[in-house]
Amino acid sequence: MSNINGQTLTSPFSWASTIELLDGVKVDEIGVKERVSSLSTRSIKRESKLQALNYVVSMCDLTTLEGEDTEGKVLQMTAKAMRPDPTDDDVPSAAAVCVYPSLVSIAKEMTGDSNVKVASVSSYFPSGQVPLESKLLDTKYAIDEGADEIDIVINRKAFFEGDYRKVFDEIVALKEACKDKHLKTILEVGELRTYENIKKASLISLAAGSDFIKTSTGKIPNGSSKEACLVMSKAVYEFKEITGFSAGIKVAGGIRNAKDAIRYLIIVKEELGEDWLDANYFRFGASSLLDDVLKQIRKLRTNAYQSSYYFPRG
Amino acid sequence: MDKWEYSESIESDSIVSIKSKYGHFIDGKFSTPNSKKYLKTVSPSTEEVLASISVGNKNDVDSAVNSAKEGFKIWSKTAPSERAKYLYKLARLIQERSREFAVLESMDGGKPIKESRDFDLPQVAANFFYFAGWADKLDISWGTKEMKPYGVVGQIIPWNFPLLMLAWKVAPALATGNTVVLKPAETTPLTALLFAELCEEVGLPKGVFNLVTGDGTTGSELVNHEGISKIAFTGSTSVGKYIQNAVGERDIGLTLELGGKAANIVYNDAALDQAVEGVVNGIFFNQGHVCCAGSRLLLQEDIHDEFINKLEKRMQTLRVGNPLDKNTDIGAINSKEQLDKITSLVNEGVNDGGELFQIECELPSEGYWYRPSLFTNVQPSYNIAREEIFGPVLTTLTFRTPEEAVDIANNTEYGLSAGVWTEKGSKILWTADRLDAGVIWANTFNKFDPSSPFGGYKESGFGREGGRHGLLSYLKVRS
Repeated sequence: MSNINGQTLTSPFSWASTIELLDGVKVDEIGVKERVSSLSTRSIKRESKLQALNYVVSMCDLTTLEGEDTEGKVLQMTAKAMRPDPTDDDVPSAAAVCVYPSLVSIAKEMTGDSNVKVASVSSYFPSGQVPLESKLLDTKYAIDEGADEIDIVINRKAFFEGDYRKVFDEIVALKEACKDKHLKTILEVGELRTYENIKKASLISLAAGSDFIKTSTGKIPNGSSKEACLVMSKAVYEFKEITGFSAGIKVAGGIRNAKDAIRYLIIVKEELGEDWLDANYFRFGASSLLDDVLKQIRKLRTNAYQSSYYFPRG
Repeated sequence: MDKWEYSESIESDSIVSIKSKYGHFIDGKFSTPNSKKYLKTVSPSTEEVLASISVGNKNDVDSAVNSAKEGFKIWSKTAPSERAKYLYKLARLIQERSREFAVLESMDGGKPIKESRDFDLPQVAANFFYFAGWADKLDISWGTKEMKPYGVVGQIIPWNFPLLMLAWKVAPALATGNTVVLKPAETTPLTALLFAELCEEVGLPKGVFNLVTGDGTTGSELVNHEGISKIAFTGSTSVGKYIQNAVGERDIGLTLELGGKAANIVYNDAALDQAVEGVVNGIFFNQGHVCCAGSRLLLQEDIHDEFINKLEKRMQTLRVGNPLDKNTDIGAINSKEQLDKITSLVNEGVNDGGELFQIECELPSEGYWYRPSLFTNVQPSYNIAREEIFGPVLTTLTFRTPEEAVDIANNTEYGLSAGVWTEKGSKILWTADRLDAGVIWANTFNKFDPSSPFGGYKESGFGREGGRHGLLSYLKVRS
């Protein structure tokens, strides 16, 4: 059973119904690109810009996923997530910190009862190239360490081999391991390449019980794209029409500046509606994005564009 | 947090300077009208009077035609590569001043700045560049050197794409060695007047481009002037028919680009989400003031409900309002007269039994506005399925088979454009082959390129504008 914001979905959606969903998938690439480019001309100024920037902060999953990560690094980042701009109390806290499983407990210790969640990647992020048993172990460990949210990767090997059933079953099993924890399923859109693949992978992930679908691990060069976000929004909408379940979207991978982030918000607002402008339904996975957003917020408030050293390291 | 509303983001109008009164542009300079008559051009989004423009009478037209005759003596002897230089210069100047033109176009005509900035102006410049390129290559355009310009060409253009229609007509006419007397629409003359200033700036020889503003009476004087060798008209079918009758007894060239009632056919194997976008673009672009608008939506019966559901949801996100707001999708209706026409046709559709959906949105209190509208439950016999509404109103019909789709699509007196939506390539070709329309778009709509000929079948007119074929509208061929 998925459970976010009081919604429940009897999961998984049956495989037979999932196949039906996949059957009708048709996406026109040029149409998707045109729609994105048209939405990218929206001009966001003044109050609406400040509001958008605050949304972005509150939707940020501040992320560090490196072999060199230590407790020290994670504590530094978590402190930043909890209070992104110590000089401005109107700036909200970030949504979550996102770390490897071995660093979950230290992050959780610091966030405690605050609004900031601890998310952990698992299932042999970023490649997922191990048997399901290992993925389950990885995931259970992260949950035992106290993770509130789990970011898994889909089995792209199975996807490209045409074994959609295996992709689906693995997510179902991992969702079960997550119990009531929030499951975000990473599609790795830069590997899936075509918009039809992205739409199919979105629908499989949603049908298998994901609370969120997420663009990328951030570990490949072409991580997120606004086009992928648009296609995923269409999948989320379609799934809601059928099941009544509102899933979330997380965009991650290469989103580095505030202007770009706002363009994602525009897509979500115009395609899915106001309800999705909420950290329960939309997230940014990022490391360097937050500082640019904080700078823009200060610029709007004080009219001064300040250097990075005015903002604490994360 | 509160709902996220986009704050106003207004393109400043300080870039344009509008004079209170304009004369005609004849013999390379602005002159006071012989008629001493003026009419006011208003902003359809505010009803504010922008300027007074001259109403050309017989004498004004006469001066303009005489000037063009004199101009032709020079222009037809000017080396083609020199003609090209002037056109390139105009193209570059238009690019440099495109923001000014775009703001002026949106103020005078009501179209969203997003469209005048991102569609009209880039297309205007592209047309001048394109035809500048042809000027010294006419001998290879159709493989013969035996092509002669007509002489003095009278051009009458509509109010929906004022500057773009000027470009479609003026650029090929000048490239081929003709000289021009242009009559812009009475509600949208300002960008043509600014263009005349550019002609002065680039030093275009006197008499090559002449501009006479005015209303229908001015247009009629131009059509009936004996010094004209060719008429190019874009506008309504009824005026097109009047012109064709008027020139019937004369040795005169004629091209007409008239109305349309295009079918936008959506098969059940289309990528529906993108088809919805295309259908929205097809009918709501420029408030539906588009002769090639996809105003008849032809839906395969089995996807009707799903598609209409998606379409209504998408329509509800359209932002109607101030044309100068960069986030406006739908601007003002061009004139009170056009608003009344749209209103009366929609009322007729409701009385006939059509089911009307209109989006919920606030409309400004001043100006001429119409809510984006969708008719379902319409029969092919209803007037809203037959007559060109020329507004943001889409009419839905249904079909069962590809044969039936083609039958319904062709069941109109018009034949300007059509759209086909299916992910199956062979079905695109099968359908396009059978549609009686001059332009057919597949899995897209309203795409334009100066290299692509545009024009109609049936009562949508004859002659082509754009592309290599567009040159023939301004050249007499002999062999």
